Amino acid sequence: MTVDISGGLRIHRITLLCQLQDLGRFGYQGFGVNRSGAMDSYSMRLANILAGNPQGTACLEFALAGAVFEVTCESIRVGFIGDFPLKINGSERLSNASHFLREGDRLEIGASQGGTHGYLAVSGGFAVEPQLGSVATHLRSQLGGFGLPMASGTILPVNQQRALPAAERYFTGEVLRQFNGQIRVIRGPQFDHFTDKGQADFFDQAFAIGRQIDRMGYRLSGHAIEHAGSGNIISEPVLPGCIQVPADGMPIVLMADCGTVGGYPKIATVISVDLGRMAQLAPGTSFIFEEVSVAEARAFLQREAALLSQLANGVSGS
Amino acid sequence: MPAERFTLQAVGDSALLVGFDNEISEAIHDQVLTLAQSLDEEPIEGAREIVSGYRTVLVHFDPLVIDFESLGEALHARTGGESRPRPTGRHWQVPALYGGVAAYDLDRIAHDKGLTVEDVIRIHSGSTYRVYMVGFAPGWTFLGGLDPRLFTPRLETPRQEVPAGCISIGGQQTLVGGPSMPSGWNLIGQTPERLFAPERESAFLLAAGDRVSFRVIEQEEFDRLAEQSEDGNCVTRELPWS
Repeated sequence: MTVDISGGLRIHRITLLCQLQDLGRFGYQGFGVNRSGAMDSYSMRLANILAGNPQGTACLEFALAGAVFEVTCESIRVGFIGDFPLKINGSERLSNASHFLREGDRLEIGASQGGTHGYLAVSGGFAVEPQLGSVATHLRSQLGGFGLPMASGTILPVNQQRALPAAERYFTGEVLRQFNGQIRVIRGPQFDHFTDKGQADFFDQAFAIGRQIDRMGYRLSGHAIEHAGSGNIISEPVLPGCIQVPADGMPIVLMADCGTVGGYPKIATVISVDLGRMAQLAPGTSFIFEEVSVAEARAFLQREAALLSQLANGVSGS
Repeated sequence: MPAERFTLQAVGDSALLVGFDNEISEAIHDQVLTLAQSLDEEPIEGAREIVSGYRTVLVHFDPLVIDFESLGEALHARTGGESRPRPTGRHWQVPALYGGVAAYDLDRIAHDKGLTVEDVIRIHSGSTYRVYMVGFAPGWTFLGGLDPRLFTPRLETPRQEVPAGCISIGGQQTLVGGPSMPSGWNLIGQTPERLFAPERESAFLLAAGDRVSFRVIEQEEFDRLAEQSEDGNCVTRELPWS
């Protein structure tokens, strides 16, 4: 497909914390390739629904910091999800909403005011070639993204140079998930590598998001979890959501960019519908882990998928 | 296939871990490879990706397509079936510069073991290794078969960054690295080969089950091969599988 690359979003201001992400790179984890993908895939899906895209279309992910863009194509519909203030041509506009923009319009995304990750979808998606089956950015392995400097002046190309004017749509309330202080988990494969006390503490004591957080993992602060053994296992494949406990007893929740294998015992795994919720928590936020079964976790995911497809069909929520 | 004992464990709601006996051995790894190959060749619907380790196979699945119990039953049926030959891999001869700028720990290992640097190089390059696992970061290849004289514990504090292609020792294992990453292993050398080159037709070279030998090279050849490798050429030779 040939694409007119003159049209899209011209960057006026940006940080390295803005990256192109999709639902992740599957099929190469056995060669050590990190899965990557959106930290909060539910929010990314919502942004795409607002822009009228298939849910898995790649979006710009913002971590804490925002950016400023100018529209250089004829017209475009954008969807934004996140606790970030939005301005269009200097006027405050709704976040968690779709907006119709014309050439020359200036879109300003401010710094996070709560949740740490925001998602910007553009109608038709960005025009980029997948690498190893995905456009998800992974800086260390130089995979994904636009292959362009993410710097002032660069135009991020989009597939459709023209969008139909449409009524603005927005999401509120339940659809945006209120955080209730709990993160639900399933017992991990090495749950019995911890003492009775360690296991009980894991569920009874509150943890807080630590200061060392990035796309690879969130280090937690709180009560140290007591190991029954050495704190090491033969390295084995891991995935985002796994909660590793190194010898010091302080859990680390593996996130989107985590390595494909790990050698620390895993006490639990965050369930799919709560991993994005966890990704939104700022350092210092405290919470408790609540145990659920595999079947319950699957039912939550089915419910979420059903809600998303209702929203995509315009049935509810806005 | 002999009657195998294995465990099935949930890793969250979207992955199932098959665990064989808890040890590092060629026999256990053969079971891992056999199961992984079977799942690659005849996929179970809903299984998205199969990742093998030393003694484990992680099956990533889509919970909207298959549930944990059904996947477990399918895996049981799979491992109880007819016998399969252990998959054969490829034998690679990877060029290795021992010492050099990347080998921060070579002198210390030689000194601690009462060996000369030349001894360490001779012993390390004299073994044929098995690839147990590729993981951590793209192309990072974990090898078994290290001579016990070279067993060396990992560093207490990992280095923030080690060079691409590092050859290092961690405990009873040795590895050859892909792109530059943090690492707590003891560095003894470096290969000019890029084990992960996304723009190359074969982005990856080594796979679990392959064999690796090292061919000792000097700085001059390293520089020449590194240039070829940067240009997108593979500088590793393939040897016959015997």
